[in-house]
Amino acid sequence: MKVWIKGSIAGVGLLFAAVMSTSTGITQETAVQSLRGAAEIDEPGDPGDINPQNTEHKFQRSYRQQPPMIPHKIDKYQINLKVNQCLRCHDWPYNVEENAPKVSETHYVDRNGIALDQVTQSRWFCVQCHVPQTEASTVVPNTFTSSADTK
Amino acid sequence: MNDQTPSASGAKQRLVKLWHLLSRPSATTALGTILVTGFIWGILFWGGFNWSMEMTNTESFCISCHEMEQNVFREYQNTVHYTNRTGVRATCPDCHVPKTWVHKVARKIKATNELYHHFLGTIDTREKYEAKRLELARNVWQVMKETDSRECRNCHNFEYMDFTVQEKRSRARHDDAVAEGQTCIDCHKGIAHELPEGAFDEEKRLNDRNGSH
Repeated sequence: MKVWIKGSIAGVGLLFAAVMSTSTGITQETAVQSLRGAAEIDEPGDPGDINPQNTEHKFQRSYRQQPPMIPHKIDKYQINLKVNQCLRCHDWPYNVEENAPKVSETHYVDRNGIALDQVTQSRWFCVQCHVPQTEASTVVPNTFTSSADTK
Repeated sequence: MNDQTPSASGAKQRLVKLWHLLSRPSATTALGTILVTGFIWGILFWGGFNWSMEMTNTESFCISCHEMEQNVFREYQNTVHYTNRTGVRATCPDCHVPKTWVHKVARKIKATNELYHHFLGTIDTREKYEAKRLELARNVWQVMKETDSRECRNCHNFEYMDFTVQEKRSRARHDDAVAEGQTCIDCHKGIAHELPEGAFDEEKRLNDRNGSH
């Protein structure tokens, strides 16, 4: 019995060593490529290109419910518990004098269906859904086409 | 007591002597010597005054008080006047202290009120600061409106702005602003610090009161 236990422990040990050597072999031959490139974990990765912000024309929506994208810079706009600078132009009645698109009326209805006079708190942080438009290529290749094209 | 009396009278005698020396025309010193000495002392006094006033006109002086360092200075570090494409910076006094001498001294005298409130501890916690933020911002906005954003215009000037390289939105608005005689602060609020709660309502009130926009 004891001999059998000793034998199996030795066997497991050998197996473990074999697996370890094989996996090291794999790492050395075909290293897994992550999105940050071949840089080691303690090295800074390739910062990549900075995609220029497109402020010339408005991007079309790619599907019906897509939150429209932002066709201008918003770098220094403050959205916090105190203020939301987006609303300084896009909230009614500011949108009239600033000639800016008005925030959709759905954003003034709270989760209980009650219409409010200000943007509901669940919609307060605009950039959770609306992002500035950029000429960025897809990180992972895919076959997505706009539903405007297939309609 | 007895020891002090002779020395006190000695001091008095010295003062009287000095007074006689100062109140009589100089008989032994040449006018040139007096003029040159006066000139040198003038430089030392004036230079010293101006030097120490400029010492209070540095960012490191401003943020030596924690009220400034922990609130407005840290907010400002995320803004375009601290870090930007070309690496040009505007420090606290560039925006908050006038460049012209008369206005600068006037501002420095007003700043003694800030010292007073520093020692009172009016805004010595974040909570107290936030409670006062709208009032503090309003003061600065009001002053900037009155001076036609004088401190902004030390660097920014409509006459030297190339509208053609501006974003479409900026171009249109700056065009309107020139036509309507608006000033920088009418639109550019919260560009270097966090906006207070109720900033837009306050903006409206300011514009109504000052009859602009």
